[in-house]
Amino acid sequence: MATQRISGSEAVIKSLLEEGVDTIFGYPGGAIMPIYDALYDYDQQVTHYLTRHEQGAIHAAEGYAKVTGKVGVCFATSGPGATNLITGLADAQIDSIPLVCITGQVASPLLGTDAFQESDVVGITMPVTKWNYQVTNAEEIPEAIAKAFHIALTGRPGPVLLDIAKDAQFAQFDFEYKKCTKIRSYLPEYPVDPFQVKAAADIINAAKKPIVLFGHGVIIAHAEDELKEFIEKTGIPAAWTLLGLSALPTDHPLNVGMLGMHGNYGPNIKTNEADVVISIGMRFDDRVTGKVAAYARQAKIIHLEIDPAEINKIIKADAPVLGNAKKSLRMLIDNVNPNSHREWLDEFRACDKIEYDKVILHDIHPQKVGLTMGEVVRIASEKTNHEAILVTDVGQQQMIASRYFQFKNSRSNVTSGGLGTMGYALPAAMGAKIGKPERVVFAMAGDGGFQMTIQELGTIAQYNLDIKIIVLNNNFLGMVRQWQQLFFEKRYSFTEMKNPDFVGIAKAYGLASQKVTSRDQLENAVQEMLDHQGPYVLEVVVEKEDNVFPMIPTGASISDILLEP
Amino acid sequence: MKQEYIITVFSEDHIGLLSRITIIFTRRKINIDSLTVSESAISGIFKFTIVINETPDRVQKVVGQLEKVVDVMKAFYNTNEEMIYQEIALYKVSTEFLFESDKVEKIVRNSGARILELTREYVVIEKTGHSDETQQLFDELNVFGVTQFIRSGRVAITRSNIERLSVFLKERDAMLEQVD
Repeated sequence: MATQRISGSEAVIKSLLEEGVDTIFGYPGGAIMPIYDALYDYDQQVTHYLTRHEQGAIHAAEGYAKVTGKVGVCFATSGPGATNLITGLADAQIDSIPLVCITGQVASPLLGTDAFQESDVVGITMPVTKWNYQVTNAEEIPEAIAKAFHIALTGRPGPVLLDIAKDAQFAQFDFEYKKCTKIRSYLPEYPVDPFQVKAAADIINAAKKPIVLFGHGVIIAHAEDELKEFIEKTGIPAAWTLLGLSALPTDHPLNVGMLGMHGNYGPNIKTNEADVVISIGMRFDDRVTGKVAAYARQAKIIHLEIDPAEINKIIKADAPVLGNAKKSLRMLIDNVNPNSHREWLDEFRACDKIEYDKVILHDIHPQKVGLTMGEVVRIASEKTNHEAILVTDVGQQQMIASRYFQFKNSRSNVTSGGLGTMGYALPAAMGAKIGKPERVVFAMAGDGGFQMTIQELGTIAQYNLDIKIIVLNNNFLGMVRQWQQLFFEKRYSFTEMKNPDFVGIAKAYGLASQKVTSRDQLENAVQEMLDHQGPYVLEVVVEKEDNVFPMIPTGASISDILLEP
Repeated sequence: MKQEYIITVFSEDHIGLLSRITIIFTRRKINIDSLTVSESAISGIFKFTIVINETPDRVQKVVGQLEKVVDVMKAFYNTNEEMIYQEIALYKVSTEFLFESDKVEKIVRNSGARILELTREYVVIEKTGHSDETQQLFDELNVFGVTQFIRSGRVAITRSNIERLSVFLKERDAMLEQVD
């Protein structure tokens, strides 16, 4: 490729185009102005979305990355612009979301002088990025961006931050772009070892009561088909983690539901009865394992995992299979015998029956006067034929939605798992809608989380992003209140909220909106929202003090999961 | 059971890498007893030698996290017995003690230390050895009064013939070829 003499700023945009970027979320400011100036000339090739806060930009980039499988890109200025990205970086780091964030920095001679809007962004973001780098020479820009994309997307993905000094943005140099495909100190994934696969297959072939636990790694590796083929060939019941949701259709006969603290009864207690646990692309988070000392002690553990540091981190693996889930599953499929575990599967179905009678029925078809979150979720899912993208916030509505929303397609669930970031849903839904404009996108949030990033209604209005926003309002920080009720003697310390008129706020932003307070209005209201062309805010006032069950109390074994208080 | 481990991290020579490495210990509230950075026998590849007191399980997990750092090639951990290691210590004592009696001179001779610099006011003594040895010399000299003392971080090499990393680099190259 012939070289061209251009500015560092233009090189940033050209490099992003070389990486196939057509969408950027961001917020300008002093130190990144040259890059924004360069962007002005490229509005035909790349669409920039101006959010209302940098946190909104980075969560949008996360939502975009999750639904598309591509790298999410965001821009912010130096100092406060960059520090406002931190929550999103930490979220993307713990949930393995590929992001490339570009921050402006003061001119290099001013570094370390406490210049206006200077902060040590590389230092601050080190623990919450997979890689970061400060660019002080324009010549470094193409290589740094090429490396950033390679690192962000390959192996176990994660966020990368490039901090570009203002003088490097202005400087002219001879631009040439070369993609990065290899870094000698960085091995994205280990080649799958056939001996490890064989060892795992032998255990699986001898198993009487095996269970598959699958997580985000299946989606990241695009291994949904392999997962399905593997469980169908072996007849093994499979349970998903919060971030594994939608990797398998909800109604697949071998899908036995969600693991974890508010997951389903069957997969939780049966993990402690299985003779073989096959975990695929999941990391035994404490919300999944409960008390580790009482977790799957009876079972042989097979762990398919791309990140060597995850193997034996929490649960010792009897047969680790290191590598990309798509490749290891493919090899595993070839090494396992066709089988079925009908009686074992029936045990899960018996658990489902118990859970349905005790919990689910009352959640999704309640008889009481007050509305439940569960019925709202059920109706939203049904009315979109279970084909919508669900973006949830954090807390009770997240758990209820994850339990009752149904999925037909992968990459349809967007939520903050590891970090548990309130305020995530609204901006992440923007990225999800922009990434998949043809899909119905629900943003579901409680009254607490909704207000943490409520200003993004401005972005949604400006770009007319057709998001169906459901605010489940119980005038409480519901999950904290639930814990206060169960574990702190109902001492409701600072969890009750006096909320504004959400419909009024939506209207002030020019968005269609309505408020539902009784069951007879609900179905019609959801239908009206779906029929409406464009964004819509539906506030549903739900029962003030409902709880999410089942529940594994902190420190308890998964066998001691509670179906009621 | 906690014991002393020597962690050796092989990495690229990049700004900020020291920080990326140390925060892994900070996050887990592990104290670094000593840290030395130098170039290895392979040009351009640097070696961090880090001493910590930890359980085998924790040291293993920390090494796993160290290897996740993009600019880190490989990290090893060893017990003291598995490595040859040294530290260097410098001691400053007042010159008058050297002339008052032959005690200081005897201590220096017996401990295999040497005198680096001698002035009218002070004498600077140098000793290499394990920390218990340099500490012992400190205790002996401190009877007279050590006015300044400094001990370096540990340097350590394995008993094998070559840098462990050269084998690793060959394997890594093969793997990088194999994966896409």
